[in-house]
Amino acid sequence: MTRVPLLSVENLTVQFRGDSGWVTAIEDVSFEIGAGENLGIVGESGSGKSVSALSILRLHGRANTRYASGAIRFGGRDLLSMSERELRKVRGGDIAMIFQDPMSSLNPVLTIAEQIIEPLQLHQGLSSAAARRRAIELLEMVRIADAGRRIDEYPHRLSGGMRQRVMIAIAIACQPKLLIADEPTTALDVTIQGQILELLRDLQREIGMSVVLITHDLGVIAEFAQRVLVMYAGRVIEQAPVAALFNRPMHPYTDGLIDAVPKLDGDLHRLTTIPGSIPDLATVIPGCRFNPRCREAMDVCRRNAPALLPVGPDHLSRCPPRAAARGAA
Amino acid sequence: MLRIVVIRLIQAIPVLLLIAVMAFILMHLIPGDPAVVIAGADAGPAAVERIRHELGLDRPILEQLLSWLVNLGTGDFGRSLVLNQTVLSAVGERLPVTMSLAMLSLAITLPVGVFLGILAAYFRGSWIDAAVMTLALVGVSVPAFWIGILSVILFSVTLGWFPSAGYAPLLANGPGAWLSSLIQPAFILSLFQIGFLARMTRSGMLDVLDQDFIRTARAKGVSEWRTVGRHAFRNALVGVVTVAGIILSLLIGGSVVIEQVFALPGIGRLVVQAILARDYPLIQGTMLLFGFAFVVINICVDLIYLWVDPRVRYD
Repeated sequence: MTRVPLLSVENLTVQFRGDSGWVTAIEDVSFEIGAGENLGIVGESGSGKSVSALSILRLHGRANTRYASGAIRFGGRDLLSMSERELRKVRGGDIAMIFQDPMSSLNPVLTIAEQIIEPLQLHQGLSSAAARRRAIELLEMVRIADAGRRIDEYPHRLSGGMRQRVMIAIAIACQPKLLIADEPTTALDVTIQGQILELLRDLQREIGMSVVLITHDLGVIAEFAQRVLVMYAGRVIEQAPVAALFNRPMHPYTDGLIDAVPKLDGDLHRLTTIPGSIPDLATVIPGCRFNPRCREAMDVCRRNAPALLPVGPDHLSRCPPRAAARGAA
Repeated sequence: MLRIVVIRLIQAIPVLLLIAVMAFILMHLIPGDPAVVIAGADAGPAAVERIRHELGLDRPILEQLLSWLVNLGTGDFGRSLVLNQTVLSAVGERLPVTMSLAMLSLAITLPVGVFLGILAAYFRGSWIDAAVMTLALVGVSVPAFWIGILSVILFSVTLGWFPSAGYAPLLANGPGAWLSSLIQPAFILSLFQIGFLARMTRSGMLDVLDQDFIRTARAKGVSEWRTVGRHAFRNALVGVVTVAGIILSLLIGGSVVIEQVFALPGIGRLVVQAILARDYPLIQGTMLLFGFAFVVINICVDLIYLWVDPRVRYD
């Protein structure tokens, strides 16, 4: 790989303080994202995808989080070992973030203007008047009609889709190099979802930023991402270019995720699911963490923790039996 | 805005009327007779009866109530039975003392209580949180008169920093003496309120600090100080304003005890004297005044809500 990564997460392990000591939320997570690239991170609730995303800007509660090992390199520096003060310059500046629930992600007692102007003044040192002009431009960029009037309203006057647009306007205010979008469309109507994704794509072209898109929706991934990271129980289990992932999934869990997407040409009366549910963080599962739910589990899966192995061009999988079978074929 | 004030004032009229009637009935239910107090221990039944007649206390209760209410309507609160002055002038003389005390105490309570509450919430679970909450518990639990007496022994008797009793009017004695005569009672009055406010601020802030928009603020690169002080506190402010309103009401009530301890000639002492002497018009007048003060405080709190919370503004 000759790609020079914009951001690279290396062997990241994050732990949270629980009632009975520290539990590991994500373990040995590594991935990188190139300039202008779209990376999708997919997985069920509890797979560690949001934890990974929030860890990039160290947005977990400080008292109860431990970045036990690893590094997050961005522009030649390690975000994990930066001081809070240095990190604040990166947050909202070079790396911005939008969240799942636009209804609760905006401050209800501050106007839209106050919330967009804040990063402009913090990172670019704009005067109030200049920042306000820029904020109106940003609202127009995210296609909010009548931006000059809307800017002085409070969030509760806006619909969910509009609020997510405002969140995006805040995020792109300082023309970030990387936008982390944590399930940005999950809380929205289907029609609005499409609009938001389209908007993100257009803005990405205009600004030339990279996007990390976290979702549980493979449809969104297929539409948006170039490369995909599949996570399960706090680990990366497969990583591949988007076409390879859908055409040649190399992990039984990925099979399950793809099969679980309802297809219009198949049996419409039966939804395919993956049996069982994602294990609790504190549960210790010997061998492969997916083996209790895996249709193809063998003895070796219950004994040995599998490694992430290359199975094709830019394609990694944490399922050695599958890799061996496909490799032989 | 003005419309809301007018509506709230009109709504307050039946409340005040109810307070007036309740005050009247309650006082007449309490055993005791002002005529006996005025006539003195040695007076015979005839003398007492003559005083009763002079004061109009021998008329039927209902008639007394009605004539009092009618006079109220013309702005006449009646005359004190024992003080030889009108109720309005007796109250007017003492009001500045109580107001000074309440305002000074509020001025101490608000910044200290809010600051401690925010501190405890931000450092929840740490020793700072534990220290603030212990302090708050002590402040809420320890009776003001006892702390007051201890404080007088230390600061007035032993150290001689402040006068132990009495009030120095602002205009006659200047701000130094005025402040020095009030700072000790005001601070002691604040102790309870600070504990109360710190607890309420803490729980309000704890709710807000877990909200998604706090994470958004951090993701924008906003400093911790600004995140807590602006993004979080602005949201917790609604609760703080409510509590501040309650505190101001409590301060007026709390002044009854503290004015006794520090011999301050305020409304609180006036009420105690009036009750002991069964001075009906004076008691009724001051109760009405307290009621009116509560109504005004509540209107102010509602108006501040409008300013603090945009969601209320549009409804």
